Amino acid sequence: MSGASDRIRHSNAEGRAALIAYLPVGFPSVERSIRAMVAMVDAGADVIEVGIPYSDPVIDGPTNQIAAEAALLAGARVADCFAAVRAVVAAGASAVVMSYYNPLLQYGLEKFAGELAAAGGSGVVLPDLTPDIAQEWLAAAEAHSLDTTFLVAPSSTPERLHMTVAATTGFVYAASLMGVTGERASVGSQAERLVRDSRAAGAHLVCVGLGVTTGAHAREVATYADGVVVGSVLVRCLIDHVNEDQALDALRTKTSELARGVRGES
Amino acid sequence: MTDSLQAATGPYFGDFGGRFVPEALVAALDELADAYDKARVDPAFSSELERLARDYTGRPSIVTEVPRFAAHAGGAHVFLKREDLNHTGSHKINNVLGQALLTKRLGKTRVIAETGAGQHGVAAATAAALMDLECIVYMGEEDTERQRLNVARMRLLGATVVPVKTGSRTLKDAINEAYRDWVANVDTTNYLFGTAAGPHPFPTMVRDFQRVIGLEARAQMLDLGALPDAVVACVGGGSNAIGIFDAFLDDAEVRLIGCEAGGDGVDTGRHAAAIGGGRPGVLHGSRSFILQDADGQTIPSHSISAGLDYPGVGPQHAWLATLGRAEYWSVTDAEAMEAFGLLCRTEGILPAIESAHALAGAMRLGRQLGPDATILVNLSGRGDKDVETAAVYFGLLDGGES
Ligand SMILES: Cc1ncc(COP(=O)(O)O)c(C=O)c1O
Repeated sequence: MSGASDRIRHSNAEGRAALIAYLPVGFPSVERSIRAMVAMVDAGADVIEVGIPYSDPVIDGPTNQIAAEAALLAGARVADCFAAVRAVVAAGASAVVMSYYNPLLQYGLEKFAGELAAAGGSGVVLPDLTPDIAQEWLAAAEAHSLDTTFLVAPSSTPERLHMTVAATTGFVYAASLMGVTGERASVGSQAERLVRDSRAAGAHLVCVGLGVTTGAHAREVATYADGVVVGSVLVRCLIDHVNEDQALDALRTKTSELARGVRGES
Repeated sequence: MTDSLQAATGPYFGDFGGRFVPEALVAALDELADAYDKARVDPAFSSELERLARDYTGRPSIVTEVPRFAAHAGGAHVFLKREDLNHTGSHKINNVLGQALLTKRLGKTRVIAETGAGQHGVAAATAAALMDLECIVYMGEEDTERQRLNVARMRLLGATVVPVKTGSRTLKDAINEAYRDWVANVDTTNYLFGTAAGPHPFPTMVRDFQRVIGLEARAQMLDLGALPDAVVACVGGGSNAIGIFDAFLDDAEVRLIGCEAGGDGVDTGRHAAAIGGGRPGVLHGSRSFILQDADGQTIPSHSISAGLDYPGVGPQHAWLATLGRAEYWSVTDAEAMEAFGLLCRTEGILPAIESAHALAGAMRLGRQLGPDATILVNLSGRGDKDVETAAVYFGLLDGGES
C-alpha cells in the first residue's frame, strides 16, 4: 500500500478524507526540509507532496514564492527530491512530487520518471502542464508505473473536465478557487461543485487544494472530497520559525489540527 | 522552403510555441483566441484598428535615410523605419490598441500588463485611458527604479503601477505577477501581453498587430527603388522584430537579422541573448530558447536596456533561427551605447537603447557589406525614457564626458 491512490482509498475506507501535505524540498535546507516532511508524516499526513522549487512559480502566492526563492538560493537541486521521497516512504507515508514542467523537462522526463519510481515515489502533480500537451511526460510515467495528477479549475469547461479526468492516473486535483496558492480565510465556494462535476466526468478520486488553512477548512472539505491538500500554511510554519525545533513543533501542531479535520474532529 | 513563412498561425512554430499554462488559465486563453479569430476576419474590427492607427498613432510611420550615421556603417545605405515617431514613442502602441479593442469585444473592463522598459506599460495605460478601461501595470522593482519617468507617465495616464519585489525584480517577474493577477480576476480582466512570446494565441496575435511595420516598410522601400539587402531589428521578446520581418519572410534574398542584448558579452554570462546563449525549454507558457541552468531554473538576464532584459524569446524567432531564415546576433551594452551616441550626434535622432542594439547590428553589417548595401533598421522607439541612463553612462551629469 505505497501508492498515493491506495493511501487515499484506504483513508476513505476508514470513513475520512486523506491529508495530503506539501512542502518544497530544500527550504530552509535539504536536510531540514526532509526532517519537516517526516514530522508531518508522524503527525498524521497520509501523503506528502514533495515540491521542487522553481524560479518562476506562476501559480504560487507569496508564501510558496518566498520558500522557493530561499531554497534555490540555498542551492536546492531537482535531484534532491529523491532523498525526500525515500525518507517519506521510510516514515510510512506515500510520496508524490509536485513540479513545474521545465525542471522535469531539463532533467530529462524519462530519467526523472525512472529515478522517482526507484526512490519509491508513486506519482507527480503538474500544475502547469495540461493533458493535451503532456504526451511525452505521460509516456515516461507509464513506462515507470507512475501516476500523473492533473489539475481542474472552476473555469474548466465540461469538455476539458472530461479530457483531464480521462488522462489522470491517480487522483484529480481540484483547485478550490480561481487564484494562486496561499493561506485564506475560507475555502473557495466553487470547490464542492467542481468535485461533483469531476466525479460526474468519471473521476474516482478527487482531492481539493488551494486555500485550506485550518482544521475547520479541512473538516469542511472532507465532507465532499476524497483528500485535502494543504501547502502554504505548512510552509508558513517554516518561514515563521527560524529555530528548527520551534518550526517542527509548529508544523506538528498544524498537521495534527488538519489530521483531526480530515477525520471530522475539531 | 516552398511554403510561405508569412503569418504562420501557431500554436506551434516547428518545435516551438504551444501553451504550457495552468488549467485555470486555459479557458481565458481559449476565449481570447476565439475572440481574436473572429475579429481578424471582421471588417469592422480591421477598419476600427486602421482608423486608430491613422488618427491616433500617426501611421504610416515614415522611413528616413541616415547618411551621416551610415558613414560609420561602412558607407552602406541605411534607412530607419521610424516607429519612434508613433504616439507614445514606440511600436508597442500597435499591439496594445489591437488588444484593447479585443478587450472591449470580450466585454471586460479591466486590463493588466507587464512592462520592462515601461514602453508597453505606457502604451497599455494609454489605450486604457482612450477606451475607458481600468489598468494595472506590473513592473519589476529594479525597472521602476531605472525607468522612473515612465512610472510617472503611467500614473499620469490613470494606471496603477505595481512594483514587483520577487525573484530578480525585472520583466520576467512582472510577467509572473501578471499571470497571478489574471488567474484570480479572469472574469473581468484581459491580459494585454507586450511581446510576441507567451502561450498561444499571444505570439501570433501580437505578431499580427505588429505586422503593419513590415507591410508599410516593404512598400516604402520598393517606392524608394528596391527591397533592402537586410532588415535589422532588436529582439527582446521579439515583437518589433517579427513585426518588421513578417512581410519580408518570403523574400529569400532579404537577410533578416535580429539583435539580441549581449550585455557584458555572451561569454561573460551577463547577457539577455536567449537564442545566442540559451537552450530550448519552457518559460511563461511556451517552448522556446531560454536562459536557464542545468535544472531548468531561469537565469536572470542582464542588459543596459530594460526592454531587452528578458531571459526568453518568442517562439517564432526560435523557429526562424533553427530554420536559418533569420540570423540572431548579439550586441553588447557598449556597442549599443556607441550606436546610440552616434545616431544622436550624426542625425539628431535620439533612439531607445533597445533600438540602438539594431543600429549597432547595422553598423557591423554595413562594414561587412560595404557601400553597395541597403539596410533597413527598425527604429522601434525613441530614447526620451533613456536620457537618464545614457547621461549616467556617458558621464554627462557631472558636466564632463567620459
Ligand atoms: C523601444 C523598444 N524596442 C524594443 C523593445 C523590445 O521588445 P520586443 O522585442 O517585443 O520588440 C522594447 C520593450 O520594451 C522597447 O521599448
